[in-house]
Amino acid sequence: MQLNVDDVSFSMQGKQIISDIYLQAKPGEFVGIIGPNGSGKSTLLKNIYRVNKPDCGKITLDHEDIYALSAKKTAQKMAVVSQESGGLFDFSVRELVLMGRAPHKKMMESDTIGDGHIADEALQKVGLTAYSDRSITTLSGGEKQRVMIARALAQQAKVLVLDEPTNHLDVHHQLQLMDLVKTLNITVIAALHDLNIASSYCDRIYVMKDGKIVKSGSPEEVLEEETLQEVFRVNTSIIKHPITGKTHITFLSSTLQASEDDKRKSLHI
Amino acid sequence: MNEKVSLEQPVNKKKEKNEKENSRTYNRRFKILLFALPIVLILTIILAMALGPVTIHPFIVWEIALSHTPLLGDLVNGDWTNAQYNIIWEIRFPRVLLGAIIGAGLALAGTGIQALVRNSLADPYILGVSSGASVGATLVILTGAFQIFGQYALSFAAFLGALLAIIAVFYLAQVGGRISTTRLLLSGIALSMILSAVTDFIVISAPDDDKVHSALFWMMGSLVGADWEMLPIAGIPVIATFIFLLFQSRSLNILLMGEETAATLGINIHVFQKLLIVIISLLTGVLVSVSGAIGFVGLMIPHVVRLLVGSDHRRVLWISLFLGAIFMMWADVAARLLVAPQEIPIGVVTALTGGPFFIWLLRKSSYSFGGGS
Repeated sequence: MQLNVDDVSFSMQGKQIISDIYLQAKPGEFVGIIGPNGSGKSTLLKNIYRVNKPDCGKITLDHEDIYALSAKKTAQKMAVVSQESGGLFDFSVRELVLMGRAPHKKMMESDTIGDGHIADEALQKVGLTAYSDRSITTLSGGEKQRVMIARALAQQAKVLVLDEPTNHLDVHHQLQLMDLVKTLNITVIAALHDLNIASSYCDRIYVMKDGKIVKSGSPEEVLEEETLQEVFRVNTSIIKHPITGKTHITFLSSTLQASEDDKRKSLHI
Repeated sequence: MNEKVSLEQPVNKKKEKNEKENSRTYNRRFKILLFALPIVLILTIILAMALGPVTIHPFIVWEIALSHTPLLGDLVNGDWTNAQYNIIWEIRFPRVLLGAIIGAGLALAGTGIQALVRNSLADPYILGVSSGASVGATLVILTGAFQIFGQYALSFAAFLGALLAIIAVFYLAQVGGRISTTRLLLSGIALSMILSAVTDFIVISAPDDDKVHSALFWMMGSLVGADWEMLPIAGIPVIATFIFLLFQSRSLNILLMGEETAATLGINIHVFQKLLIVIISLLTGVLVSVSGAIGFVGLMIPHVVRLLVGSDHRRVLWISLFLGAIFMMWADVAARLLVAPQEIPIGVVTALTGGPFFIWLLRKSSYSFGGGS
């Protein structure tokens, strides 16, 4: 399923949050959005998943304007893992994953055995099968995040929108999650914090700054020392990693670049 | 392989404890309760009618009820006195049944409003419905307004007050055509405060002590005025709301996940929220206008039910309905009996009995509703 964002702008209480956004995700493509805090990544995603309607511009799924679709129709096509924490109420993990089946249900229709299988399969994919009867309130932040992913999987949508999906996850689960998403072969749009993760998994990356897209292209094209200095205000050393062949970014913090003098001083302290 | 890793993570004590309270336990408990509570409900109805300043044998209650049942009525030979008949059929029957309806209705309204605002402190009165009704009711009691409606003047005025409060809150809570739940809560509370002040002013300016007493009594809630005509007035909205909420139970569950998530799971959130507000406040308005603002039931019953069967509304709604009805009937029995032949306002009983029980439940288990643990 193809997603197009055409000249979208959005303002909130008179303040322009994002402007003139063009973005495209082809079927099966993994598209990342990177940018510093407050650059408008989440807002753009909210425009895409229909929580905030853009002031102007058009967002289409396979050339259908999503704001012309019903909430239910959209949810059948697009699954979202947002930053909203939904793990505060006493539902079992499996019940929560089954909520992902809601867009496919009529009113009053109960969950079928088929829905159960879909939920169990989703739980297996995120490695939480053993937790299916546990109350969501007893899970850690990372486990909750994986439940939300499982719920999105159970939705069986052709587009997956992820807002910083690897937040709260340890390294192992970050990689597990990204591997999982990568193997789904559906269109993915993800706001990502971790630039190395973005580099490893994205087919294309959009860089946002101050509500605008300042650069886009393949990870190699986008992730350059100069760009990162300009957008994120950090010094980096970028290499092609010898094992993965992917662009690898090492952040050079100001203390690491400090003179030998300072180093010696700090040793004595 | 990955699964193994997550299994081997250390499980802390709290998790072990909670593991017992899993969804299977909830499901099993739900089935048991769904079977047991209707029986308890019927027993409660019979006992609540038998108990009172004049005790009447439950068997006679049963016979009088049976004599009014089509087909079965002829089987009963009436060996009761006229006085017994009048007490049971004209006074206690409507009163007990009204109690059941009000209790069930308040529990449902509480369940709905807590899902809507995702706040454990919310009760059906938080949107200012009861305060609006109180203004109307105290005006009627103290000034005798709306006399053209005869015996229903009080209920009518109360409902009118509730309706006006609902409309005000509904408009105050909107930002750009959408309901903001924070604003809904805040404007509800603000309006409640204003209207309570108005009520206080009306009561304090009343010249007649008797009227002040009955106004206060009304505000704390009472089933004294129950008659047969009230049952459909209160009963139909309760049943209608129950059916509506039951149809929407999946959406209610999803609403607890947060508004954004609900929207991405295919719920037309703005329409759904408005619908919920209108239906719940209308129901509350009807209940309050019939029985006064009986407190605590709408707050407490949904929590007790969630402790028993978890948060899934497909279970919560059924159990709330029954438990609300049963609790209210026993509270009314206590209101009639404790200082007989005087009566205590039922709101006093619900708060005095329900409160400590609720606190005990909270201390006992690791229950939390939306507030983390």
